[in-house]
Amino acid sequence: MVEHGDVRVVHKGGSKINFREPALSTDSRFLLCASGESVKVFSTATEECLHALQGHTDLITGVLLRPSNHLQAYSCSLDGTVRLWDFTDGILIRWAKSNRVNIWCCFIYVWTVHLHVCACTELFQLVAVHLPQCGEQLVEAKELSAVLSNISSNPAASAFGREGQYIVSAKPLQLEVYFFKKHKSYSFFLKKDNQKGGKNTFTCITCHPTEDCIASGHEDGKIRLWRNFNHRKEYTYSTLHWHHSAVSSLRFTPEGTNLLSGGVESVLVQWRYNQESQRDFLPRLGGAITHISVSPDGALFCTSHSDNKITIIQSCVKVSAVIQGLVKGDRIRTDLMIEPRSKALVLNGKPGHLQFYSLQRDKLLYNLDIVQQEYIHESGLEQFEVVMAAFDASGSWLATVEERKQKAPELELNLKLWAFDDQKQSFVLNTTISAPHEGRITALCFPHVSDGQTTMLVSTSRDGHFKAWQLAAPAHTEDEGPSWSCDFLGAYHSLVPECCCFSADSSLLAVGFQEVVTVWTPASWELLTTLSQPPGAVRDLCFGRLSCSKYLLGATTSRLLCCWNLLTCSLEWVTSMDVSLLLADPLSENMAAFCFEAGSTDLFVFKPGEPRPLFSHKALCSGRVTHAVFVPREVMLESCDEASQWLNCSHLYFLTQSMDLLTFITKAEEDKLTASSKQLVVSDDVAMTPFHLLLGKHRDQLENPQGSNVSLPQLLQMPAHVLPSASFLCSMFVQSLLISVNKPSEQNKEKEEEMESEKEEEDSDGEMESRISRPEHMPSGESGCAAPALTKEEVRELRRLKKLDHSWMKGLLD
Amino acid sequence: MASYKPTNIPVYPKLGEKVTEETLYWKNYKTPIQIKEFGAVSNIHFSPVTPYNFAVTAFTRIHLYGLLSQEPVKTFTRFKDTAYCGRFRSDGQLLVAGCEDSVVRLFDVSGKVALRMFKGHTKAVHVTDFTSDRYQILTGSDDYTCCLWDIPNSAQLNTYQEHTDYIRCGVTSQLNRDLFVTGSYDHSLKVFDARVDKSVMTINHGHPVESLLLYPSEGLLVSAGGRYVRVWDLLKGGQPLVSLKNHHKTVTCLALSSNGQRLLSGSLDRHVKVYNTTSYKVVHNFDYPAAILSLALAPEDESIVVGMTNSILSIKHRKPSEEAKETAGHQRRRPSYRVYAHRKSYVPKQDDYLVSKPVRQHLAKYDKQLKKFNVSKALDTALETWIRGRKPEITVAVIRELDRRGTLKNALAGRDEQELSRLLSFLIANLVDARFAPVLITAAEMILDIYQSIIGQSPVVDKQLLHLQSLLERELDYQKDLLEVLGMLDTMFASSLPKIELPCSGISTSNGLPQGQSTASRPQVQVN
Repeated sequence: MVEHGDVRVVHKGGSKINFREPALSTDSRFLLCASGESVKVFSTATEECLHALQGHTDLITGVLLRPSNHLQAYSCSLDGTVRLWDFTDGILIRWAKSNRVNIWCCFIYVWTVHLHVCACTELFQLVAVHLPQCGEQLVEAKELSAVLSNISSNPAASAFGREGQYIVSAKPLQLEVYFFKKHKSYSFFLKKDNQKGGKNTFTCITCHPTEDCIASGHEDGKIRLWRNFNHRKEYTYSTLHWHHSAVSSLRFTPEGTNLLSGGVESVLVQWRYNQESQRDFLPRLGGAITHISVSPDGALFCTSHSDNKITIIQSCVKVSAVIQGLVKGDRIRTDLMIEPRSKALVLNGKPGHLQFYSLQRDKLLYNLDIVQQEYIHESGLEQFEVVMAAFDASGSWLATVEERKQKAPELELNLKLWAFDDQKQSFVLNTTISAPHEGRITALCFPHVSDGQTTMLVSTSRDGHFKAWQLAAPAHTEDEGPSWSCDFLGAYHSLVPECCCFSADSSLLAVGFQEVVTVWTPASWELLTTLSQPPGAVRDLCFGRLSCSKYLLGATTSRLLCCWNLLTCSLEWVTSMDVSLLLADPLSENMAAFCFEAGSTDLFVFKPGEPRPLFSHKALCSGRVTHAVFVPREVMLESCDEASQWLNCSHLYFLTQSMDLLTFITKAEEDKLTASSKQLVVSDDVAMTPFHLLLGKHRDQLENPQGSNVSLPQLLQMPAHVLPSASFLCSMFVQSLLISVNKPSEQNKEKEEEMESEKEEEDSDGEMESRISRPEHMPSGESGCAAPALTKEEVRELRRLKKLDHSWMKGLLD
Repeated sequence: MASYKPTNIPVYPKLGEKVTEETLYWKNYKTPIQIKEFGAVSNIHFSPVTPYNFAVTAFTRIHLYGLLSQEPVKTFTRFKDTAYCGRFRSDGQLLVAGCEDSVVRLFDVSGKVALRMFKGHTKAVHVTDFTSDRYQILTGSDDYTCCLWDIPNSAQLNTYQEHTDYIRCGVTSQLNRDLFVTGSYDHSLKVFDARVDKSVMTINHGHPVESLLLYPSEGLLVSAGGRYVRVWDLLKGGQPLVSLKNHHKTVTCLALSSNGQRLLSGSLDRHVKVYNTTSYKVVHNFDYPAAILSLALAPEDESIVVGMTNSILSIKHRKPSEEAKETAGHQRRRPSYRVYAHRKSYVPKQDDYLVSKPVRQHLAKYDKQLKKFNVSKALDTALETWIRGRKPEITVAVIRELDRRGTLKNALAGRDEQELSRLLSFLIANLVDARFAPVLITAAEMILDIYQSIIGQSPVVDKQLLHLQSLLERELDYQKDLLEVLGMLDTMFASSLPKIELPCSGISTSNGLPQGQSTASRPQVQVN
């Protein structure tokens, strides 16, 4: 994949966290979830990602706590390995590898020593793996025994029963129960279809922790509770019905008193076990619920949602935390954009929202509600969607277009303009324009005004017009503020405008009307000139920047990239490539063209004035790249290398067809990153606090760091919870500081051979050392008797010492 | 867990007149008191001293009204013919009036019989006024002359014969006892100085002059004649300052608001227009039932008095100011001390930790129903009479919301005759409103689909359906007419726009498209 030695394509943030059910630790403090090739450990209290457990080389398909040790967790991955982690410290303990089966989909269930892995060659099989107890880190799993075959690929459709006695697996219309002790399996079938067109297909399954009861969720929203299933004939089931569409997840609480269910409606339903008429609801959690998990003590629930979100709920009453990843949905309707103020990546996220995503911190900053309507969770319902958005150069205005298409002729369109509010630090709705155009809006752009206020917006539409919107002061004094209104409506031969672009100084507006590019002046709205290169409609237009601002580039559907010189109004050059996206770097003259060639996308970076591309990368990824953005760097790079020079001012991020966010990284940057991480490891032992700086300087003055000087950093590094109380330590601490200065003088005095008081001090010094070193042994857990009892004599002596030392030592210090 | 988002009620731009401070000020008058006089009210003049009585000259009488009385407090009837131009002296003691019989009469306000009769004009006297020294009277007559009279010995002091047509208006300076201005049907205004025998300044108005007005500073002179109101700068030798043409019939009278910030003009076109005297823009407009002949404002704009040709005098009084009302109400509402101390007076101190109570979201009735997915009930609550009548946008927004949820059909179905007729009457009232049409047409289609089987069962519903049909037919014709007008306008615009020759671009010669025909039209109707 790497073509140029020093520029590499890397994944950057925004991985899925809702792929598999997350696991909550026993003390409910941590949440583990599979996220691409690593397991992320989140704090349930602060929503922050603590660390990522890295090591797998392919997509992780399951995370599970180890029942026998609550600080360890298993994870399994498509690379065919199962790994055991200490998740609080992020250490890999062991990993098991299976060479025999070619796993491409797997998930795990653990019961005591047996590890059940569902693996698949051609047929889905549930396999029991026995991990040998040996000290080595890498274990080859040899003892594989197939338990069930041909099970569903969805991990929610299989579950362990009470105390691991049986395992249940659901196929579309069949429930299979396998008893380990009897080595016997029972199958129960459902009729294919009910009278009312309900679909009986199983979607998920869970087992009661203490009783013989299986709960199954169905496509038509019903929940069935199966009992007495160890007989083939005499089984019974009862039905619960609240959900109106498929139940996607079911879970019993650890005591078995409640059953939780969730589905598309995004309502968490809590059913009382055996009193099913009583239920509690927690509505409006976000996207459709995909997984529910419960902490082992039952205090926390967490739900994964289809919008890449994990919600942590306290005892089914209150949402206590929300962990939100980059929402990618099924389709990116808006372009990738950069918010000029926070440099956050902006794209449409949750239905009807714009998401602001920090690329530096890989964290969702916030969602801006554009549509401002109650979202109805119902499949097949046409919703308002944010289809277009644009920021002005200073980030003080945001324009959004939302549309909802009900039937072919009825298109509901809204153009909204949002002003940045400095007090709220967010965008506030300024103007709503309903039905700004009669057809779908194809492009939206603000002029690039470097200073001052933006007062214009241009939108082009399929109805054959482009409109200029103007920010106008209120006509009457009692109107609260300026608002936007239509200033100009332009058309050209009733052709459909597809794209528009302002020149770098905003003195020209280019609008592409199918084959013709029209150039207008926004000052007087006169048509200045037309350019065209038939055949093929213009798909993308872009003005050059800085020294290349006289060039206008256009990509046409007839696989041509044209460059016009606006001074001569003539074609400068033309080249044949199927450009799917044309981008200009806002900080340099560079332009990036993503070209679709033979099933994959190539990238060319060039200057409009120069014939030779600065950088090219063949076969970047498969499929078309239609979304990309230049992100200005915070610190300019000063690389002189020709191939990576174009990355000096900006990063280039792009989204592939499979919704992966990728970027380019130079060799130098990569080196710096690894170097900094190494440095972190080295300097980890002493924290660079102001206090440390003070003491460190102090220590440097002394040649022989011994005695209490050594114990000081030890004291400082000690975790706070294992230290004795501060009042106890205080006097020791102060004294140790004093002594560290006194050492040399003390020796001088010894030469003079003076009083016994000095000897006493020596004694006390020794005593102090022993006392300080004591806490080090304490983490083993006897912190209850942390404060060593001093005898009365010792205390008295210490007091006397304090009084004695004080006067003469002060003199010495001065 | 996000909270429920209430239905978004779109704010539609207010159609028609924009509300400004001016309109609020001028609208703050009570409904007019109308008093029938004996003939056309030709002149109204306010006494300059309290209690600000005003003299109304109509036919052969002059009535004196108190500011708040609806009956005349005094009447002068000793005129042989139609009286004209009853005016008070600046101390409010004397009143002068001209008459069709060419005699000028001077009255004591407290008496009945004329104190003096000035005879000398040969034709009707339409203009009378006191000079600022209070001892002389200015008159202007249809015999083309204007005269100055001395009050104590009723002698004619001076006669000016410079106008060549009827003199119908005149005004004396309030700052200089020798200066006065007359306006005549010979289209000219003349400024006279009593110390010389001739006019000192002549200004051509261009139309027969009907009314004159001097600003309090007397630097500016306003004249009305024909459809024009013109303002002249006297200090610059009578230069025209501005010409206003806002009436479509002859302007008959002028007045200044008490602070001199606004100029009012009344016209035969039955309107009184209010101008801003800095920008000379019309800021407000009053409509009256008949052609206006005379107009006057009470001090502090407390009332507007207008006289019309149909002999009706209309008096509008200002509403009592709201601030006074509010303070009075506030004092009454103040809670007793104990309650006050208990509930309201505790102010958190600087270091206090405030525990905020969760704010309970208040939802409208229809939103409560929508939250529970009770679609029919939501529509019912949105169709309540007062919402339907006062705020149709709420009903329309609820219908739109139901449509978005895909449950509009369920909400519309299953209604009895009464509910259906209520729904239909709402449709009839609002279907042709351009703001609501896209939503309501969908709803109307659904109603027809659902209830087509029961047509003919209820006379009420059938009648409403027929009404709806005729409404739609009318609307169709109307739209067709509008499109025709639009087409005509387009051709006119296209022919009036100059053709732009475009520079020929290097390669675009090959593209075969004719150049230079941009269908650019100038600023469009604002969408929002």
